[in-house]
Amino acid sequence: MTARLSIEGASVTYRQPGRNVLTAVDAVDLEVGAGEVVGLVGESGCGKSTLARAVCGLEPLAGGRILLDGEPVEKLGLRPRDPRLRRIQMVFQNPYASLNPRRRVGAQIEDGRRVAGGGAPTVAELLDSVGLDASAGSRYPHEFSGGQRQRVAIARAMAAGPDLLIGDEPIASLDASLQARVAALMRRVALERGASLLFISHDLAVVRVIADRIAVMQAGRIVEQGPAEQVWASPQHPYTRRLLAAIPIADGLGRLPAV
Amino acid sequence: MSGLDIRGLTLELGGRRILDGVDVEVPAGQVTGLAGESGSGKTMTGLAVIGLAPAGAKVSGTVAYDDGEVRVPDLLALRPGAMNRLRGRRIAMVFQDPTASLQPMLSVGTQLTDHMRHHLHLSRSAARTRAAELLERVRVPSPEAALKRYPHQFSGGQLQRIAFAIAIACEPKVLIADEPTTALDVTVQAGVLRLLRELTDDLGLAVLLVTHDLGVMSAVADTVAVMRNGSVVEHGSRFQIITDPQTAYAKELVESLPHTPPPGTGEGEA
Repeated sequence: MTARLSIEGASVTYRQPGRNVLTAVDAVDLEVGAGEVVGLVGESGCGKSTLARAVCGLEPLAGGRILLDGEPVEKLGLRPRDPRLRRIQMVFQNPYASLNPRRRVGAQIEDGRRVAGGGAPTVAELLDSVGLDASAGSRYPHEFSGGQRQRVAIARAMAAGPDLLIGDEPIASLDASLQARVAALMRRVALERGASLLFISHDLAVVRVIADRIAVMQAGRIVEQGPAEQVWASPQHPYTRRLLAAIPIADGLGRLPAV
Repeated sequence: MSGLDIRGLTLELGGRRILDGVDVEVPAGQVTGLAGESGSGKTMTGLAVIGLAPAGAKVSGTVAYDDGEVRVPDLLALRPGAMNRLRGRRIAMVFQDPTASLQPMLSVGTQLTDHMRHHLHLSRSAARTRAAELLERVRVPSPEAALKRYPHQFSGGQLQRIAFAIAIACEPKVLIADEPTTALDVTVQAGVLRLLRELTDDLGLAVLLVTHDLGVMSAVADTVAVMRNGSVVEHGSRFQIITDPQTAYAKELVESLPHTPPPGTGEGEA
């Protein structure tokens, strides 16, 4: 099986005036296979969102390359993107900011369908697949709760018929009782339509449930990757162990997590 | 009973009933958790207790306060001036987002001494000394230097520690913590939770912890009250609520968590 997305030694650097160059992503190798769900976890500032932006061509690479089905992803400039590369879609962290407040959600999902060309499912079908009523299409984003807005954002991303869906902390701004549900929904919707999913989150407990493979990132590098259950049950890298030990477990025993 | 006793707390805002008779006790030396989905009224309960309910809200019920020195039969019946003498002095609050709850234009030293000088009538230098001690207490590195710095110069975890230092500065007896770790990374969260537990045990604080994270509840709360639609549906020990919830809603809430075997122990099955 060839990888749908392969990231080969990708680096992203930022110039800081008067200071050293900051390497946000440092020679990262990561593959996402067709129909595979990969979870990327790490603390804030570790470079996971920068990597996601680089995969979309929103950040120029300082080194290495990123291939989608063997085609290099170029930095997005002023010219429209090559249609073959429009098959990457993203769901952002904050659905309050990522949806246009002045347009009906149906129209925004319709925009996504236009990218796909013919053969895209209808707006009603897309809304149905994320558990919303077809009548939702004629409403505005402010009429929805946070969880519902994130569902709309997922429907919009899927409307473009992506081969690769990227979720950049898509559940971080949702309620605990919704997080697992929305994450599972994203996995289901992506796989049903034959897309791979790169799911970025700082919450290992949720990633573990939906990802086939987990990659752990620290200070711009991937320190450990492997099958989800293996990373969870027998973490190899000390950083992964620390991350896991810090998760409070709801067992009712009053154990304070390790620092 | 020492601590807070909330009875039949209701809150109406714009014709809608946000709180519908909340009954919960918050005894001293314990962390009382308020759990529930967003919109269940847990944050509003905290705000109503400390007298920060939104403008135009109609609040009724009683909140009895007792710390051994001061007894107030009903905080809600106090006049604004009397409440101002309690708020920040006897009852303190820590909010979710420290980047929003701290003033960006004032140094940490100013924000940490202002209320001590007002409530405790300390001199400028005495307040400064105590502020440095407090920062050391919450383990902010190099306290003296930290007093001169501004909020944007600290990380989120450090800022939340500073917010805790500000809250405990006047030796309050009741602390209301509204999602104090939600904005933090897990490793930082672990440190802040330890701090919260330590302060509760050492200072005998009565803590009302509002959070939607049952993992956090399980780690620090002694008892857990589950809220839904503005009232408490179940209140019990953390072990009972998490392992053997009695009401249908509490069961649903517990089951919505991803089933999590302890990590790193070899127990891998989902």
